[in-house]
Amino acid sequence: MKYVGKKLVTMFLTLFAVTLFVFLAFHVISGDPATSMLGTEATPAKVAALREEMGLNDPVLIQYGRWAADFLKGDLGVSYSYRMPVGEMVLDKIPVTMTLTILAFLMMVVIAIPFGIYTARHAGGVIDRAIYVINQVIMAIPPFFSGILITLLFGRIFKLFTPGAYVSYEKDFLGFVGYLFFPALAIALPKAAMAVKLLRSSVIGESKLDYVRTAYSRGNRTSDVLYRHVLKNALIPVVTFLGMALADMIAGSIIIEQVFSIPGLGRILLTSISNRDYPVVMAIIVCIAVLVLVVNMIVDLVYGLIDPRISVE
Amino acid sequence: MEKELLLQVKNLNIEFHDHLIPETVVYDFDLELREGEIVGLVGESGSGKSMSALAIAGLLSRRDMKKRGQILFHDTDLLSCGRDVLRKIQGNEIGIIFQEPMTSLNPVRKIGWQVEESLRIHTDLSRTERYQRAIEMLKSVELEDAERIYHQYPHELSGGMRQRVMIAAAMICNPRILIADEPTTALDVTIQAQIVELLKRMNKEKQTAILFISHDLSLVKQLCERVIVMQGGYVVETGAVQEIFDAPKEDYTRKLIAAIPKVVRKNA
Repeated sequence: MKYVGKKLVTMFLTLFAVTLFVFLAFHVISGDPATSMLGTEATPAKVAALREEMGLNDPVLIQYGRWAADFLKGDLGVSYSYRMPVGEMVLDKIPVTMTLTILAFLMMVVIAIPFGIYTARHAGGVIDRAIYVINQVIMAIPPFFSGILITLLFGRIFKLFTPGAYVSYEKDFLGFVGYLFFPALAIALPKAAMAVKLLRSSVIGESKLDYVRTAYSRGNRTSDVLYRHVLKNALIPVVTFLGMALADMIAGSIIIEQVFSIPGLGRILLTSISNRDYPVVMAIIVCIAVLVLVVNMIVDLVYGLIDPRISVE
Repeated sequence: MEKELLLQVKNLNIEFHDHLIPETVVYDFDLELREGEIVGLVGESGSGKSMSALAIAGLLSRRDMKKRGQILFHDTDLLSCGRDVLRKIQGNEIGIIFQEPMTSLNPVRKIGWQVEESLRIHTDLSRTERYQRAIEMLKSVELEDAERIYHQYPHELSGGMRQRVMIAAAMICNPRILIADEPTTALDVTIQAQIVELLKRMNKEKQTAILFISHDLSLVKQLCERVIVMQGGYVVETGAVQEIFDAPKEDYTRKLIAAIPKVVRKNA
């Protein structure tokens, strides 16, 4: 319980720092929400009046304080450019990005663990060397580009999905997941390649340790030594990586959403940044930050489960 | 009546091929081990004693290594038999404990799980029976509070306790032979003496033959009946402990004996 309390305090402080930082950053970069809201009707007088009305002339910290106070009350504000409550705008996008990220994460794990184990067991073999080369290539390709390749290959040539024909989760959940399959693959592949490499070297490294010799001395089969002794130890560094990769995937999905025309958090984040739509940007940043922090907490807990030497208390 | 012959090693040669020029680390090693006997294997580091011991335990399976000769356990040649046959003997008929109790146990598995492992592999005992045997075994290696230790992890125990756990795990199937590869080297002196006593007791109670590998002649003198002295991969001398201590034939043995620190009382 003490652990959870401590974590919540850290989470709160982190959120405070992240939001303040983003808020300040927005005031450093050029661009004015009042100007972009008025668009072609922007005259200096109108802009000045609107800035006054929106409170944009107050000192930055006061503006931040006002935003934070409203946020704590559950009021995320109104989007400058869409004139609708931010809560409504963001809320129905969260499941899209979340599903995409979770799907990508599962793919990464499903690819990385069997391939990592296989290449470690058959290190130096033909397949191991082939996978090594494929891994290097996949790691070098950024997700947005593999996204384009996947669209071309599976969308245009094999016609396994229709590029751009996004299915809403409210209408057809399975169709929605089906559409997200290939975008998720684009996010997962480079991370999976890294995880394969990491797990392979971790398994090989662990296999040289004394306790493995002890396990053999008791009459264990090679596969039992691997699955009952080595794997749990070898997964410890991999879990750290998976946690970091998951946090990175949340951010990575923003770009992939653009490539595959998926209306998730990423798309409104990008349009809101260019429109200087602070309330929307802030809400999305908070969402992403909370997700990343929750992921970190889960990684810590999983750590405690795998490695008894690490105590979460 | 002569005791039953358990292990017979004949002309064991171990060669490494990991360099351009093959390197032999053990030359024509011979050994006989009878039921209930404790044989010491001494020599400096690099003398080939641990290599010989690992070969007997079936733990030298590197591809860049060649082994010749015979290691007969009863009638089975452990060098030429299949992996399946070897596995049935490992942990069941031959147990082994190592020099480093700190790293020889799996850090992420509970003590009880590790102590029971050989039972899980070699017997059909139920979970409760295994638990009872493990607790019995932990108690017999003089670990107090065996029930608590059963549920602990290696990092929660001291080096001496971990070595006791290793002994418990190696002895749980009542093996005919226990190979102890420098089991006390990493421990401090008082714990060393306790572990030696424990091995002696195990040997008496269960008639387990022990191959005790050490570079410490004084420990070998305390524990063993016979001793084999190795140097540079060769067996240089072999015989009853008392004979070798009283009248060493080889220069090397004499030097080893001379190297034992002696306690001299000042006002005796």
